Amino acid sequence: MTVYKLTCVICPLSCSVEVEVEGNRVKDVRGFSCTRGKEWAVEEVLSPKRVVMTVIQVRGGKEPVVSVKTDSPIPKERIRELMSYLATLEVEAPISIGQVVVEHPLGLKTKIVATGSVEAVETRGHA
Amino acid sequence: MMYDVVVVGGGPAGLAAASESSKLGLGTLLLDENPRLGGILPQCIHPGFGLHCLGEDLTGPEFAHRLIEEVRRSDVEVKTQAHVTSLAMRSDLVKEVTYASPQGTEAVQAKAVIYAAGARERHRFEVGIAGDRVAGIYTAGEAQAMMDLYGVMPGRRVVIVGSGDVGLIMARRFALEGAEVVGVVEMLPYPGGLARNLMILRDFDIPLYLSHKVTEVRGRGRVERVKVVRVDEELRETGEGFWMECDTLLISAGLVPRVKILRRAGAIIDPATGGPVVNDRLETTLPGVFAAGNSLIINDLVDYAVEQGRTAAKGAGEFVRGNGIPTRRWIRVRREGNVRFVVPHMLGGDRDVWLYTRVSRPVEDALVEVPEIGLRRKVPVLKPSEMLRLRIKAEVEGGRVTLVIK
Amino acid sequence: MRVAIIGAGIVGASIARELSRYEVEVHLVEREADVGWGVSKANTGLIHAGYDDDPERFPNRARLCVEGNRIWHRWVEELDIPHAWSGALVIAKEESEVKVLEGLLRRGERNRVPELRILERDEALSMEPNLVKVEAALYAPTVGQISPPQAVIALVENAVDNGVKVHLDTEVRGVEVSGEKVRGLRTSAGFLEADIVINAAGLYADEISREVGADYFEIRPRKGEYLIFDEDAGPKPSRVLFPTPSERSKGVVVTTEVQGHLMVGPNAQDLPKEEKDDRSTTPKGLREIYKKASEIWPLPPLNKVIRTFSGLRPEPTGGDFVIRAEDVWGFVNVAGMRSPGLTAAPAVAKEVARILAGMGIDLREKTKWKVRRRGIHGNRAGQGRVICRCNLVREPEIREAIRRMKRIGVKTPSVDSVKFRTSATTGTCQGSFCRIEIASILAEEFNSPLWDVTLKGRGSELGVGDVKVLLRR
Repeated sequence: MTVYKLTCVICPLSCSVEVEVEGNRVKDVRGFSCTRGKEWAVEEVLSPKRVVMTVIQVRGGKEPVVSVKTDSPIPKERIRELMSYLATLEVEAPISIGQVVVEHPLGLKTKIVATGSVEAVETRGHA
Repeated sequence: MMYDVVVVGGGPAGLAAASESSKLGLGTLLLDENPRLGGILPQCIHPGFGLHCLGEDLTGPEFAHRLIEEVRRSDVEVKTQAHVTSLAMRSDLVKEVTYASPQGTEAVQAKAVIYAAGARERHRFEVGIAGDRVAGIYTAGEAQAMMDLYGVMPGRRVVIVGSGDVGLIMARRFALEGAEVVGVVEMLPYPGGLARNLMILRDFDIPLYLSHKVTEVRGRGRVERVKVVRVDEELRETGEGFWMECDTLLISAGLVPRVKILRRAGAIIDPATGGPVVNDRLETTLPGVFAAGNSLIINDLVDYAVEQGRTAAKGAGEFVRGNGIPTRRWIRVRREGNVRFVVPHMLGGDRDVWLYTRVSRPVEDALVEVPEIGLRRKVPVLKPSEMLRLRIKAEVEGGRVTLVIK
Repeated sequence: MRVAIIGAGIVGASIARELSRYEVEVHLVEREADVGWGVSKANTGLIHAGYDDDPERFPNRARLCVEGNRIWHRWVEELDIPHAWSGALVIAKEESEVKVLEGLLRRGERNRVPELRILERDEALSMEPNLVKVEAALYAPTVGQISPPQAVIALVENAVDNGVKVHLDTEVRGVEVSGEKVRGLRTSAGFLEADIVINAAGLYADEISREVGADYFEIRPRKGEYLIFDEDAGPKPSRVLFPTPSERSKGVVVTTEVQGHLMVGPNAQDLPKEEKDDRSTTPKGLREIYKKASEIWPLPPLNKVIRTFSGLRPEPTGGDFVIRAEDVWGFVNVAGMRSPGLTAAPAVAKEVARILAGMGIDLREKTKWKVRRRGIHGNRAGQGRVICRCNLVREPEIREAIRRMKRIGVKTPSVDSVKFRTSATTGTCQGSFCRIEIASILAEEFNSPLWDVTLKGRGSELGVGDVKVLLRR
C-alpha cells in the first residue's frame, strides 16, 4: 500500500490531499474540499496527464518559431517522446492561431495546435 | 492632435484599457513600444491566462490575440514602435505625451492618460550577485524571449534564482527542451510559486534549495559555476557555501514597475508597491493620469491587469466627461498587521471597489478584516506570492477604512 | 619602415594614431575581438590633473600626466570623444588630512599643474552641498572624465582612416629577433614582419618584454571594483570627489560618470601575478567601496545599483611607467601604464615618436592626415526603431556601430562592441529587453547564426544552438 501526498492545484485553497493506493486501486482519498479536487487527485496518482506547450521551428516565416500546445492533456510519461518528435518538425509559414499543425502525433489522441501566428516572408522573385 | 485618452503600453492592461475607453465613446490612442502588441504575453507560451476573466485556460499568445482582436474591432487608434519618453502636465485637463517613433520624436495631447507600461525584471546586479561578467546570465524573461520568440537555446545546464511562478515556468521550459535544470535557489524558507507550478519541480525532478542564495558567478566566456550559500531567517549568509556547475544562470528575482516617466512627471510613488499612489479610479496623484497593470502593482494573474485596465478606463471616462474627478474627502486605506501593501490607496466612498493586497509573510488560518464595513473573512492560507483581492462596499462608516490581516 | 604595436588599449591606440601622421606602415595587433577590452575597458575614466605623482620617485608619471591632460583637452575635440571637464575636489574630512592637501598642492605646483588651490570648508560646501564631512578641499579644475573604451575606439577609427592596419583576435606568441634586431611577431594568425615592435601589451607587457631579454620589470595585476547607480539615483556630485589619498592609492572616488550615472570606486586589491584574467567582483570588495564612498558622499541604497564591475591595473616593478628602447634594436617598451596611464597616453604616444626619431627613424609627416573623426550621433530627435529603451538607442545607430566595427577589422560579432559604441544595454534594465534584439541585428550583419553571437568575443556565445538543439542529440 502506498500513500501519495499531493497539494491540490484546482483552486488557490491548495488542500493537502492524501491518496491511498493498493496495486492499481484507490483505497481512500482524504483532505479534499470539493469533488473536483478529489477527481484530480485520483487521476494525478493513477494516470497523470499534462498539456504540453512548446515551440516548433518555422520555414519561410517572419518569425523563426511558432508556439504550439497539445489540445488535450497527454500521459505524463509520453512527454519526452513527444518533445523529441516535435524537435524534428519544421512547419511552413504562414501559420495562423488555432491551426492544427500535426494530427495525432505518435498515435496520441491529441492534436498539436498553433497558439500564435507567423506570417510568411514575402518572397522576392529573381530575374 | 488632442485625444480624450492616450493609453501608454499595449500589454494586457493597456489593451483592455483601450478597448474599454473606446467602448465608453472616448477618442483613444494606444501607444506601444514594440513592433507587435501584447506586451510580454506573446513569449508566455504556457497556459494559465484568462481563468478568471474569460473562464478559459489560454496560453499567453492566445490571450493576447483575444485582447488585440477586441482593440482591432474598436475605434482605437494604434501606434506601435512608439516608445514614450515623457509625460508633461500642460494643465490639469491637458497632458502632453512625447514618444520616439521610427519617424522621429512626436508628441500628442490628451485629456486623460492611462499609464500601463508594465514592469521590468530585476537583474543580477540589483540582487547583488558578484563575480564575473560572462555570457549565460539572463533574466527569466530574456531567456523566454530567446527561446520562444527568437528560437535560441540559451544553455545546457541551468541554475534558476527564485522559485516564483516565472522561475518555475522557465524551469519547465528548459527541462522540456532537453536542458538540465540543476536547481532552483530560493532565498526565503518557503517556495514562491502557485501550487500548480510547484508541481513542475516534481514532474521534472528538479531540486529546490530553500533558504539559499546565489552570491557569485564564475567563468571565462560563459558561466562555468555559481556559488550557493545558505541564509538564516534574517537572510544573512551562513557558512562557506558550495559551487554548482552550470553554463546558464537565470534570474527570476521579481519585477519592478516601470514608472520612471510617471515619477519624472511628478507622480508620488508608493515604496511598498513600487508603483504610483492611486485612488479607487486608479488615478495617480497627477490629475487625469491613471495607472493599470504591472506599472501599478506587480500582479500574479493577467486577469487582474485586465481588470485594472478597465477600471482605469472608466475613471478616465469620468475624468473626461466631468472635466476632472469631482473633489471629495478621500478616505485613506490604512494597513494593520500582516499587510505589505494595499491598492488603491484612497477611496471615494461612492462605489464598490476591488482592493488588491499582499501579506508580508505567509500565514495559516488568516483573518482578513475591514472593521469599518463589517468585512470579516477567514482564509486558510495567505502567502506573499499570492495577491488577495477583496470587494469593498461603497458605504464606509466614519470616513475610515482599515485593512487588517492577522 | 614597418611598426607593429602590441595591444590596442588606450596606450597602443594613442601611439597608432600619433604614428599615423607619419610615413610609416603601422600595424596594431590585439588578442581580443575588439579594441580597448583590456585594462582600458574598466577604470575610473579620469583625466587627472597631475598633483598625485612624486616627480622624484615617478618622473615619467609626473611629467607625462600633466602633458597628457593638456593634450586630451585637444584630442577630445578632434576625435569627438564623450567627455566632461568637471574638475575635482580632494576632500579632507578632518584637520589632520589638511596637511596632506597642502603637500599635494606643493607637489602639483612643482609638476606645473595649473589652477590648483585649497578651498575652505564653506567654499567646498557651496560647490558640493551634499558632502558628508569636509574640513577643506583641494580644487583641481583641470580634472576631466572620458569614457576610456570610447576613446580607444575613436583613436583607432581615426588611425585606420589614416592607414593603420588593425589585427584583432590575434594573439602575439613571440617576438622574432635576429642579429640583435627585431624582425617581427609570431602570432596566432601567422608571422607579421616588423622593423619596430612597440610593446603596449598592458598586463602582459612583462611577458612580451622577456621575449627580447628585457626582464628587469614585472607587471602585477591590481584589481579595482566599482558600483554604478541608476540614472535617477542621487544626489550626484558636479565634480569628481577624491578622499585624501594614501601612499598606495588615490582612494575610492565618487563621481557622476560621462553618461550621467553616479559611480563609486575603485578599491585596490593586489592579485598574484598569474591572475591577469580575474575581472570578477567580490561581495566583500563591493561592500568595502560602498562603505568608503559613504564617508564622503550620501549614497543611494544598494538596490539602486544597476551595475558592478572590476578592472585590473598593471602595476610595474618600481611603480613608474617603463618607456624606453631596449638593447634589441627596434623593440620599445611602453609598459606598466598604471594610473595615470589613461591621462598620460597622448603624451606617451608623443614620447614614443621622439624615441623612434632618436633611433634615427625618418618620421616624415604625411601630406594628407585626417585630424578629425566624428562619433556616432544618435540623438533624441533621431529616426529609426528604438532598440535600447533605457538609453534611447535606435536601430540606425546600432547598424552604424556595426559598420564601424567592420571597418576597423572586427570579425567576431559581440554585443559589447555595440555597447561601447552606442551605450545600448547600459541603462536601468542592463539589456534584459534589448540584448537579444541587438544580437539579432549583429547576426544579420555578420551573417552568423543568432546563437553564435557573443557577449564579448569567442567563448562567450549567447546560446548553444537553436531551441531544439538539445532534443535532437
